[in-house]
Order: sequence, then C-alpha cells, then structure tokens
Amino acid sequence: MDMRIKPIVMPKWGLSMSEGRVTGWLKKAGDRIAVGDEIVEVETDKIAGVVEAGDAGLLRRAIGEEDIVYPVKALIGVIADEDVSDTDIDAFIAAYVTPAGDEEEGEAKGPGYEFVETDAGTIRYARRGDGGETVILVHGFGGDLDNWLFNIDAIAEKATVHALDLPGHGQSTKTVGNASVDGLAGVLLGFMAKLGIDRAHLVGHSMGSAVSMAAALAAPDKVASLTLIAPAGLGPEINADYLEGFVAAQSRRELKPVVEQLFADPALASRQMLDDLLKYKRIDGVEEALRAIMAAFLESERQRRILSPQIAAANLPILLIWGEEDRIIPAAHARALDGRATAEIIEGAGHMVQMEKASRVNDRILAHVADRVATPA
Amino acid sequence: MSNNPFPLEKPDLLKAYRTMRTIREFEERLHIEFARGDIPGFVHLYAGEEACAAGVMMHLTDIDRIASTHRGHGHCIAKGVDVHEMMAEIYGKATGACRGKGGSMHIADLSKGMMGANGILGAGAPLICGAGLAAKFRGDGGVGVTFFGDGASNQGTVLESMNLAAIWKLPVLFVVENNGYAEATSVNYATAIDSFIDRATGFGLPAMAVDGTDFFAVYEAAGELIRRAREGGGPALLECRMVRFFGHFEGDAQTYKAKGENDFNRANRDCLNLFAERVLEVGIVSTEEIEAIDRELLLLIEASVTAAKAAPLPAPRDLTADVYVSY
Amino acid sequence: MARKISFKQAINEALDLEMRRDPTVILLGEDIVGGAGGKGEEDAWGGVLGVTKGLHAKYPGRLLDTPLSESAYIGAAIGAACCGMRPVAELMFLDFMGVCFDQILNQAAKFNYMFGGKARTPVTIRAMVGAGFRAAAQHSQMLTPLFTHIPGLKVVCPSNAYDAKGLLIQSIRDNDPVIFCEHKNLYGHEVDVPAEAYALPFGEANIVRDGRDVTIVTYGLMVHRAVEAAAVLAKQGIEAEVIDLRTLSPIDWDTVIESVETTGRLVVVDEAHPRCSLATDVAAYVAQHAFGALKAAPQMVTAPHTPVPFSPVLEDLYLPTADVIATAVSRITAREKLVA
Repeated sequence: MDMRIKPIVMPKWGLSMSEGRVTGWLKKAGDRIAVGDEIVEVETDKIAGVVEAGDAGLLRRAIGEEDIVYPVKALIGVIADEDVSDTDIDAFIAAYVTPAGDEEEGEAKGPGYEFVETDAGTIRYARRGDGGETVILVHGFGGDLDNWLFNIDAIAEKATVHALDLPGHGQSTKTVGNASVDGLAGVLLGFMAKLGIDRAHLVGHSMGSAVSMAAALAAPDKVASLTLIAPAGLGPEINADYLEGFVAAQSRRELKPVVEQLFADPALASRQMLDDLLKYKRIDGVEEALRAIMAAFLESERQRRILSPQIAAANLPILLIWGEEDRIIPAAHARALDGRATAEIIEGAGHMVQMEKASRVNDRILAHVADRVATPA
Repeated sequence: MSNNPFPLEKPDLLKAYRTMRTIREFEERLHIEFARGDIPGFVHLYAGEEACAAGVMMHLTDIDRIASTHRGHGHCIAKGVDVHEMMAEIYGKATGACRGKGGSMHIADLSKGMMGANGILGAGAPLICGAGLAAKFRGDGGVGVTFFGDGASNQGTVLESMNLAAIWKLPVLFVVENNGYAEATSVNYATAIDSFIDRATGFGLPAMAVDGTDFFAVYEAAGELIRRAREGGGPALLECRMVRFFGHFEGDAQTYKAKGENDFNRANRDCLNLFAERVLEVGIVSTEEIEAIDRELLLLIEASVTAAKAAPLPAPRDLTADVYVSY
Repeated sequence: MARKISFKQAINEALDLEMRRDPTVILLGEDIVGGAGGKGEEDAWGGVLGVTKGLHAKYPGRLLDTPLSESAYIGAAIGAACCGMRPVAELMFLDFMGVCFDQILNQAAKFNYMFGGKARTPVTIRAMVGAGFRAAAQHSQMLTPLFTHIPGLKVVCPSNAYDAKGLLIQSIRDNDPVIFCEHKNLYGHEVDVPAEAYALPFGEANIVRDGRDVTIVTYGLMVHRAVEAAAVLAKQGIEAEVIDLRTLSPIDWDTVIESVETTGRLVVVDEAHPRCSLATDVAAYVAQHAFGALKAAPQMVTAPHTPVPFSPVLEDLYLPTADVIATAVSRITAREKLVA
C-alpha cells in the first residue's frame, strides 16, 4: 500500500456499528486538511457524528456519496499531498479492500462486553487495546460505557482501556449499596482490584469525574492521573432539573427535551439514543437506583460532595476538559482547579463533549496519559 | 337453651328472619315502585326465594365469595351489601353501589365478597371457580358459592365449571335455585332429569336437594356442604326447590303459570311465614319481636327509596370514567 | 445483561420473572405443563409449542393444566383475578375465543365500569394469532379487531422478542384485563433482550424505521414485511417510516399523526380482514385528524375477506407480502414523482 496516501474510512463507533450512512461532506476535494478537521458527516442507527481527519494533506477524493450506506472501514475518501499523482490515487482506490466485517472479528474475539463479579455485584465492562498504561473510563449519572463510543477505540490504540458500567447503570447490577460518590469510588477500586489493575489513569465524565476524584483520594497509589470531563465535584451548582427530569421521564416525548440539554447540538439526541435510554430506564430497579444515587449526590438541588480543595492538594496530574456550552454543570467550575490542572474548554460542545468533539478529547487524553509515561509522577 | 330444637341460637334466628324480611320488603317495594315507572330498565325480583339466600349466606363471611344471577337482590342483601346503596343503584343514581353504572342486574360489592349479580346466565360458575382457586392459593379457608337457576343449569359454562371444580377439588358450592321456570319455560320441559343431583353425580360431586322454602333445610344442607368445602373436601351441589312469587321480570303477565299458582304459593309456601310459624310455635321468638323487625325494615326500605329518589344522578363525565383502571 | 433470545424464550422469561417476583401470578391453560395424570413424563410439553416449558419445575403447583373447557378456565382465571390473583391464562389459539367469549366480553371487560370503578381484574390472556403456519381456517386468524372493539380490554400484539417480554410483564402487572396476541410465525425470531425484568408501557408505538415520504402503520408479523418493503422502496428513492403500534388498545395516535403530518401519506398494513379492522380504524382516524396533511388517499393493505385457506399456495396469497406493501406505497408516491 502506498504510504503517502491516507484513506478516510467509515469509522466504527462502538461495538454494534457495522455500517454508516454518509450524510454530508464538510470539505470538498482539493481542500487542505489539518489533523482534527471535521471532514464528513456520518449517521448510524445510534448517533450522528463527524469524521475528523487523522492525517494532514489535501482531500484528494470525496468518495462516499450522500445518503449511501457503507460498511465499517469502507473507503469513503482519500487524503494525500499534492505531489502524489492522480494515477497513484486511482490505483490506491482500485486496490483498496474493505477489511472483513467485524461480525467474524467479533466471533473470533468473543463477546464485546465482559462481566465480573465484585463485592458490589455484577459489573459489566469493555476492554480494548493492550498498551502498557491502563486507562479506565467512568461514565456519569444515567450513562453507561457506551458514552465512550467515540473514544474507547481511539484511546485503545495506545493504552489498555477499560470502560465500566457503574452499579445501577448499563448492564451492571441494578442494586446500589452505598450510593454516594465515595461509595461508587469504592466500587471502582473494587473493580480494579478484581481485575488485577494496580494503577490506572482514571477518565471520568460528569459524576464519573467525582467518583474518580474520590477514588484517587481514597487510594492515591492506585491512580496515575485524572482526566475530568465536564466534572461534578468542583462546585455546588448543577442542573438539578436535568437530573430529576432524566429520572422521571417515562416516554420518548418526556425524555427528549431532557436529553437535548446534554448537547450543544440538540439534534444529536437521536431517536435511537432516546430509545436506548428508555430501554435502560425501564429495567426493574433502575429508577430506584438512580433515585438513590441522586439523593446521595444532591443536597437541596446542589452538589453535596465538593472534592476540589482536596484534589488540588493531592500530588496527581489532572487534565480538565469542558464543553463551553455545558448546560448541566457550568464550565466556570474549571476555575476551582486553576493552576492545578491543564484545562481545555472546547467551544461548540455541551455536557457530552467527549461525544461531540471526540477527536479533540481523545487527543488530549492520549497526550495526558503519554506525558505521565514520559515523566512518571 | 334447652327448649331450642333449631340449629341456631336466638340471635341467629332473628338475624335469619331479618335477612329474609329485608329481602321481601325490598322486593315488594320495588314491585310497587317499578309499576309507578320511576325505575329505569327492568328488574327481576327474588320474593319467595329468600330462604335460599339466607340459609346459605348464614354460613359465609366477607372472605367467602359469591357469584349471583340476574335475580340477585336477595343474594346481595344476604351477603351484606348496603340496602341504601342497592336501592340507589336500581334508581341509577350516583350514590349507588356501582355509581349508577350497573343497575339491578350488576350490583356488586367486592369488599363484601359479592362478585356481582350477572346478566349472563351461568356466567358466575366459572368465576366462582376462580374465587375458589384464589382461596386455595391464599390458604385462608375461604369458599365460593355460585347461584344459578334451573334454566342456567343447562349452560355449558355451568357444566364445565362443575367438572373443573371437581378435578381441582375447589372449595366451591354450586347452588341450583330451582323455582320451576326458566323465564317462561318450565323446568319439566327444559330438563330431562327429575333432580339436579343427577347432574352433580355425573361430575363426581356430592349433592343434596332440599325444600328451598324451608330455611332450616337449606341452612343445614348448605352448612354441611360448605363445611366440607372449607375443610378441603372439594366442591358440591345443592338444589333448592322453591317458588318465585313474581314473574320473570316486572311486567311479566305470568300466563305460563297455572291459575292460582301464585296465590297457592303465597298461602302455603311462603318461606317467611313458614319460618315465623316454627319459631313462634316453640316460643323461642315472640310475635312482638317479629313485628318489631317488620316495622323497622318497613322504615329502612322506605328510607332507602326516599334517599334513592333524592340522590344525585351521575354526572356526564361518569359516562367515560372507569372503563379501565388506567389507560 | 442483554443477549439474543427468541420471541418464545422472551415469553417464557417474562412469565418466569413475574412468577418469581409475585406469588399471586399463576398460569392456567391446556397442556401448559402437559402430561398431567398420565404415566409418562409429567412436564411433557410446556404448552403445545413449548412456551411454558421448564416453569413447572421452578414453580410447582402454580401452573395448572386445565381440561379442554375454555369457558371454565378462562372464567376461573378472571374470577381469580377479581379475588387478588394475577392469573395468566393461555388460550392456545385466539381462534378458540369462540367458545369462551362471554367470560371476556361480558365479564372481564365490563367489571370495572359496571361495578362503578371498584373492580380490579388483572388477568392476562395469552393466545397465538396469525396465518402462515399451514394451520387453516380455525387456527390462523388475526382476530385483534374483535378485541379492540370492546371497551375495557387492552390488546397487545408485539412484533419482536424485546417488545414481547416487556409488554407481557406490563400485561401481568397491569390492573386491567389484557389480550396478549403472540404471532406464531415470530416464535423463532431473535433479537437482543435484557435478562432483567422490564415493563414496556402500553400505548407507545415504536418507530422501527425513519422515513420522510410515507408512513406505514402496522403491528405483529406485518412489521417485518413492512420493513422489507421499506428496504425495497429505499432503493427506488422512497423513504418509508415504519410504525409498529405494539399495543392496539390503547393505541398511540400521537405518533401516527405526527408521522403522517411529516410524510403526508399513509399505508396501513393489517393481517386482519379488511372490514372494521385496525386498518380501517387508523385510516379513518388519520383522515379525520390529519386530513390537511394528506397528499394522497390513505391505503389499506390487509388479508382478503376470506377465511384462512389451508393449501400453502393459497395461504401465501392470503397474507400481505412486502411486494404488495411496496406496491401500495408506490400507488400514492408515484404521482408526485411524475410531477417532480
């Protein structure tokens, strides 16, 4: 394969994605592309997203046609510098073979999700990659490991990644013992112990950040670094109406306006996403679990557990990422770790910044983790 | 009491009389009120059959269930349904037992174990099997009693239910109220057997047939069969042979009856008179006591009619209410 | 956790979970255990198609094999429901309704209304429906309209294992009588289903496929045929929105109307006969409530007004196919394409 030519392929966002529909090109053939540029919009049955450039150069071909469905890893565009000839590009395209579908791959690798029995009950997790550093992804309130759909594979290219469902969430046990942030941190540490993970980089989203911070405070030797994405635990303000609305919503109609608050672009709250959330919320025990966690998490509609003073004093590298348009937890809370954390406030993104601006978030996380490897704390 | 030849003590004798007299007063009054045209629809009166309802129900409490018939007022009263609520229901009022939505043929009070009068003949038999089944699962010793007429005894549902109750040994009593007529058709025409005991035998059920105008006969037979069912002995059938003083429904000219049949029955086969004569004869109950009950019930029924007439009608919104528990 | 299981397994699992959760849940039906009183295996069948297999061993005494007396045992289930139980009665084939209809029509459906809102009849009646099983005229009917016509009954007809499990759990927990229709040709169909218990609310349609050009409203087996038709139509540039009603009483009118307001076209696909059916019901409702949005006359695709024939060649003609559905869609999308 001609190494000067960089393919743009249909991405694979999460386990269940086998194909995606090209919905529109944001760049046209001949445009200059920088790494991280948004190139083409793709829609799956789960979510609409943007393919961002992994390589720099000229967009030489926009192959994927609008409204056409392509299998994962199918060639939908080509990036190369000016000096590569059209003949070579055509030859590359002609020779490109879409790698075998992941159904066979999935079968060969066994199930995509794994389950482990912990003291807190059955915990589901996904494991990707086999890099030297271990990264654990901890979702937020009402979320699950699929919140890392656009991140897990990218991070797994350079690290061993575990993403878990907290108790009461996803496909983990719906019985929540100690529902407080510290209780959930105990579950996280128990999960690490059970899997034999001595030390990990914790990446938390929202409430998952508070859980990660609490774990770092409880077991400093177990945590190599923290990445706090739209974190809870840095200040009292929080959109309590969102939390209550999320728990109370019984139908698609009730849930939609609630979930739309998570994104800068409300269109990202797709019908499939709402259906998946409802499927989860309707499982026996989920509402009780969420209510228990919410009750422990809030006090008079404000966050109960503020960890910033303690975490600022801890000897631990911290990366902070926030969507500028976060409507759940104000990005202004980032100031609580001024001078203590590397902060990245991303414009055009809401609370689910890791989904909305996946490439940028992934790059920052990888750089953060790599820095720790280079200069161990 | 040493000079009491009856299976009940005096308070229960008075209770039985009171139950039967309440039913009689209720039905006689309805007969008059219906003729005045104030009662919507149609009513089927139980007068003449009171000993059956009273004799059976004396053995039941609120944990026991009954399934009744289109001729259900007597069963309701004997099972403890409030007379005021019943009267209001028959007048189609919002204060009725069913808020005016059921009427004479559908009076129910599940809190009293009264699963409903029923406009479909024989429909109570499977339902009472369910009640028996539930009692069996609960293990609370409850029994179910279904009443049906000689006419409904020919329904497949009744026959299927006897078989089901028999094979599952359900705590259920099937009571055939044989008043001789299925609407206007004689039992002699519609049924080829002389006794419904034969029907029960076909399903392996023990059965008894009694004079249904004799409260004590009903009471003793029902007592034995209900005790047996309660103790896990399984279902049984009781045939009560009795008389219906009025027509199938109010307005029925009853030309299918023999001339003088009603008069003869009123004179010789009135279960209330027969009961009173026996208890008075022994002297266990005095005429004054009987008359006091009669006066009291006259006033009760009068009050229930007055209240029912004055009660509010259902509101238009009630038309669409309670179709579902939630929808 | 979720895994792929069949429609039939989903039904079994729903019954299992609810029996475990609630001791008042009991099962009644013909051969739902199978082999009672004989000299062979006691748990011989688990229902004619094995749907209840294995439950007898887990919940001894709570599955009641009945004699072939539908009136008696359906009525007993209803009576027990009035007395604090939550019975699930299996009627085997919905066609057998003919012999026990009174208990449903005049008893269960009426109690709450007739008794002034004071009755509770939490009974679920499960029955197989639908054609395509070479079972001829008395074991193949889609009789859903008989039940949607009756106030007081809830009517459910799921199209897949996920919905079947959640809707059956809801049916059992529901305080009204529910007719739960299981399409026998879907028993082997598999989708992802969580192992946990979950209840799907009634009256919430599922949008199986988004589309902007035409709304196809359907339920049961026909959902799959409509999706097939939609795939064919997509290749011709016609995007069909497919709505699976899931529950027929209550029915999710909002989702239907919202969709037609977007697409302007309606095709209703109903496996029942054409007269007074879900097809006529939905077509009439849309005509009355979204007339202004319609760009073409609503189309109905139904079985013909005939009994279900036996001979496979005739039965295949009887059931609406994806082709027939696609043709109906083309009829109302063609004109505008010409204009365009």
